[in-house]
Amino acid sequence: MTARVGVVTFPGSLDDKDAARAVSLAGAEPVALWHADADLKGVDAVVLPGGFSYGDYLRCGAIARFAPLMSELVPAARSGALPVLGICNGFQILCESHLLPGALTRNSSLRFVNRDQVLRVENARTAWTNGYTEGQEILVVLKSGEGSYVADEETLDRLEAEGRVIARYVGGNPNGSRRDIAGITNEHGNVVGLMPHPEHAVEALTGPSTEGLGFFTSILSHLAAGAPAHA
Amino acid sequence: MARVVVDVMLKPEILDPQGQAIAGACSRLGFEGIEQVRQGKRFEVEVEGEVDEAKLADVRRLAETLLANTVIENFEVRPA
Repeated sequence: MTARVGVVTFPGSLDDKDAARAVSLAGAEPVALWHADADLKGVDAVVLPGGFSYGDYLRCGAIARFAPLMSELVPAARSGALPVLGICNGFQILCESHLLPGALTRNSSLRFVNRDQVLRVENARTAWTNGYTEGQEILVVLKSGEGSYVADEETLDRLEAEGRVIARYVGGNPNGSRRDIAGITNEHGNVVGLMPHPEHAVEALTGPSTEGLGFFTSILSHLAAGAPAHA
Repeated sequence: MARVVVDVMLKPEILDPQGQAIAGACSRLGFEGIEQVRQGKRFEVEVEGEVDEAKLADVRRLAETLLANTVIENFEVRPA
């Protein structure tokens, strides 16, 4: 059976169509989910896409966190059962929901950064990164104004000790993120937040590479294996 | 109807690049002796009836649930 991967649209989401296309290219069936429906339609995994949900009012992701859909998503994700990938604004929503520790704040440069970005995959054992190898460098797209990952030192130490940093920026820190962190995972490895955009690097025609596709093929392998993810 | 004010500030250990940019503008404008600026948010919450301890407690709960992200921000609640 083809895996069904939900892509949530909030008011102000921008990259839901690209995320759905990446899901298709990876060989899964994308399922459109609407923020106001408390219904995950029985999907096997969920992508929270990039954009500016609720216009980034209050704080990025702060209002999206309380969308009706999230009331079903959060407990399922927290238990380790439902794989969730949050990209950019999706990462911000995961932090605001306390599914991931820390927060995303204004880029240290105060400038919106929009460029091709090399990442180093640090953990290739999560539901969303198992198609990569540890230490592999991939070229994707970074486009964010509030991409600076912050957490207290104790949290950062714990994330590193537990292998929960899944990707770091290579070739200079673009936004002031602590310890060059581009993405992290929860203790189960089913929830992953990533500031850059793998869904924009899945086709030669429109992306700088096709190396972002691995996030979407990883979830297929993970679901096919039927095994819980390991952080 | 009465008003409750919620002030939200980034925690001291969190970098505030906007505050830094404002501090930079202060010196360019000739405002001397300004060592640091940190930028925060102020919310004015209108509540029904009088502001009593129960109302303040409600607004405190609102602040920690929605108005502030306590991972990176502190807040203060007071009657206006």
